[in-house]
Amino acid sequence: MPAIFSTLFVIAEIAFRNLFASKWKTLIVGGIIGFGAFLVVVGTSIVDGVDRAMRRSVTGSLSGHIQVYSSQSKGDLELMGSMGGGPMDVEPLASFEKVKEALLSVPNVAAVVPMGVDTAIVSSGNTVDQALSNLRTTINAIEHGDTTAELTRKYEAQKAHVRQMVSLLSHEMDNAKLVSEKGLQEDDAEALKRASSDEFWTSFDADRYDHLELLENKIASLASDADMLQLRYVGTDPQAFAKSFDRMEVVDGELIPQGKRGFMFSKYMYEEMVKLKTARGLDKIKQAMDDRKERIDQTPELKRIVRENRTGVRELILQLDALRTEGFRKKLQGLLHSDEADLTKLLARFFDTDDNNFRERYDFFYRELAPQLELYRIRIGDSLMIKTFTKSGYVQSANLKVYGTYHFKGLERSPQAGAINMMDMVSFRELYGFMTTERAQEIAAIRAAAGAKEVSRENAESELFGAKPATEEAAAAAPSEAVDPLAHLRGTREQREKSEAAFDPAELQQGVVLSAAILVEDESRIAETLHAIEAMGKERNLPLKAITWQQASGLIGQFATLMRAVLYATVLIIFVVALVVINNALVMATLERVREFGTLRAVGAQRRFILAMLVLESVVIGVSSGAVGALIGISLLVWLGRVGIPAVTLELSFFFSGPRLFPSVTPEQVMFSFVTVLIVSIISSIYPAWLAMRVSPREAMSAED
Amino acid sequence: MTSIVSIREATKDYHLGKVIVPALRGINLDVKEGEFLSIAGPSGSGKTTLLNLIGCVDTPTSGTVEVAGRDISKLSERQLTDLRLHTIGFIFQSFNLVNVLDVFRNVELPLLLQRVSSASERRKRVEGLLARVGLSQLMKHRPSELSGGQRQRVAIARALVSRPRLVLADEPTANLDSVTGQNILDLMRELNQTEHTTFIFSTHDARVMAYASKVVRIADGRVSGVEELDERGSAPDAKDHHYPKLSGEA
Repeated sequence: MPAIFSTLFVIAEIAFRNLFASKWKTLIVGGIIGFGAFLVVVGTSIVDGVDRAMRRSVTGSLSGHIQVYSSQSKGDLELMGSMGGGPMDVEPLASFEKVKEALLSVPNVAAVVPMGVDTAIVSSGNTVDQALSNLRTTINAIEHGDTTAELTRKYEAQKAHVRQMVSLLSHEMDNAKLVSEKGLQEDDAEALKRASSDEFWTSFDADRYDHLELLENKIASLASDADMLQLRYVGTDPQAFAKSFDRMEVVDGELIPQGKRGFMFSKYMYEEMVKLKTARGLDKIKQAMDDRKERIDQTPELKRIVRENRTGVRELILQLDALRTEGFRKKLQGLLHSDEADLTKLLARFFDTDDNNFRERYDFFYRELAPQLELYRIRIGDSLMIKTFTKSGYVQSANLKVYGTYHFKGLERSPQAGAINMMDMVSFRELYGFMTTERAQEIAAIRAAAGAKEVSRENAESELFGAKPATEEAAAAAPSEAVDPLAHLRGTREQREKSEAAFDPAELQQGVVLSAAILVEDESRIAETLHAIEAMGKERNLPLKAITWQQASGLIGQFATLMRAVLYATVLIIFVVALVVINNALVMATLERVREFGTLRAVGAQRRFILAMLVLESVVIGVSSGAVGALIGISLLVWLGRVGIPAVTLELSFFFSGPRLFPSVTPEQVMFSFVTVLIVSIISSIYPAWLAMRVSPREAMSAED
Repeated sequence: MTSIVSIREATKDYHLGKVIVPALRGINLDVKEGEFLSIAGPSGSGKTTLLNLIGCVDTPTSGTVEVAGRDISKLSERQLTDLRLHTIGFIFQSFNLVNVLDVFRNVELPLLLQRVSSASERRKRVEGLLARVGLSQLMKHRPSELSGGQRQRVAIARALVSRPRLVLADEPTANLDSVTGQNILDLMRELNQTEHTTFIFSTHDARVMAYASKVVRIADGRVSGVEELDERGSAPDAKDHHYPKLSGEA
């Protein structure tokens, strides 16, 4: 054995034995380092897990791996909503077709999906309006000569429902008058009085349209139960979207067909905003009880829902006609063992749920009551009027058929992933304020009809004021032809409404988009692909800016990075504290061993021997306790990897990409923690070792006490 | 016989805050190879300082100290350490064994530091010396399991294992009872005669001084007298009444 090894061996022997000799020091230092290693292993593993899950969530749902948008944009692209909540200031990309073709030429690009994200306001519809519109449809059929028994029965039922509503309204208004001096405006009050009179209803069949009109114009507006929903939506190519984002799943109805205008709710939004509020309240309580084992009497949030349900029965009652009102009353009286006649009070009592009766009530609601209710204010197949403010400030609207609802697998309950609805790209462009082909044609038609023409600056004067005979002639001739310029308008609008449902699929491809989502073949080469895309853009003179999914999803995308930063900061703080504590402990231990170091120096040990000995001691403590800490961490992670970490809040389910996060340990994480504790233990031993190294051999000479 | 230690006009000042305390005020001393020399003096006389200079763990403020023919003022820290390792063995008042190592390893330590590469060579020398000091049976014991006298014998073995030319002992019997102290001194004397190793030990104990072949008396940082004692046992009337009784004897 070479001599150097025997020296090292004795250093190691002294170092190792000293660990057991000074147990308190070993315990303190080892404990801290072990905890640090544990934290590093567990922390990095969970953060990596969240990072992976987030990547799955975000890339698999909306953003794809890369988002490409115009480099001329003034603002950043923020798919998940901007921080300020304002609209994005993103310039459009002129032709999706060209961009798509260019992007597909870049290696590693697997799919390109057109996109645009915007927000619109949608009226959820007023219950009375809905009932009246149903009634109008039936009346239309009757007036067209349909007299089947089935229709007549439907007609009577609907009529009864509307009458029920009117009497309910009238009742409410009387109550309101008691509370407020003002009460109703005179003509409203009169209309309500008339509509609730028996005479009104007996004479209804005589002139159906006339009666209907009074209800539509005067009464419907009194029932102010309509909600203004704010909807975020993505305009896209639904087929490409569904194909590229493998997590997307249609829940109800169907995907917007190719070449069709249409709208799809995200299932989450549909449940949250469109569902009957009391039903949604019950769902939420059940979810909290099932998933999170919460109790009503202990959770303020659940108490609040119960309170809301108790007072929010009007929306439900408005749906009921006389027959169903009676049915509900009977059922509730039976369930509640009550002879209360007022349905409002019965329902309020019914919805006053607690931990004992909740499940029974929940089941009762869905078994007995729900089948007779319209659970969703907007049904699949209905059309939805969407209104937006375009960037230039005027209002655009579109009437879109609701084809269905969808969600992203694993993210069903996440508000982040669930907050976005979908529409076809063509409708999106229109609502965003872009000129679509048909819009351009329509405007041209209006212009032609109105006799307007482009006036250039040069000849503006002569065009506008010059009394040229030709113009006068035209003006004189015009009236005969364009008696009613609005006729043309009506014509084009009708035409548009007809064509509204469908468009040429090519148009979707050709027009402008706000951004394009890219799915790559190899996720590890995203950075490389980003550069390739921007280089290609320069080469082809396309103003393309490419950003990663993290950037595109705004703050949410940075969450993993943020978590990592917090983790590293925590670890850093712990290790800085550890450094101080360990350093302190070692300095104290060194001071206690001055004689030992002096003796070793006196008998001929060089300073570096002492240095090596102390550093080695620390490394031995560091590595052994680090290994113990890491091992505990690994076993915890292996266990968590099997059972999963539950996402206790809805937000977490997004970050976990599902109801549970299954962390895993990689050799890199363990190596990282090991290297970290090694560095910490070496650094913390440097100062005490330096002190020990400076101990004079004279110290050995002085007598002991 | 040549001088192994040669000291000329050596002074040593210590700084105690702003005050300069002269510990040695000009020492002249020659130690011949093979001597069994005692440095005697009351505490505070400067004998430990002198021993430190001889032991190369300190350097003089002025004057020269030559150990084994080398002027220690001209040596670097590292060279001094090497000189200690190869030329000098130390025996301390409080034994100063490495507590975490067993007896064998403690004795072997200087050989490991000298990088004596052959393990069998090391073993031979360590076992030989432990046999000489009568501790063959206790090789695997820790210092904490030994009595004071046994510990000091381990220290003697450690001091001699590297075959130094000079062994320094700083009050080697101060922490031992009288019988054990005598045994230790007998052992040192025996090794001095058989190995021809030079021994220098400090003491303030007349009885211990009596073992020396030469006593150098130190007072106030100067050599106050040198007594040659030709034969062991012919020590000037050993003054038993001067021998301090130790309490808590081992």
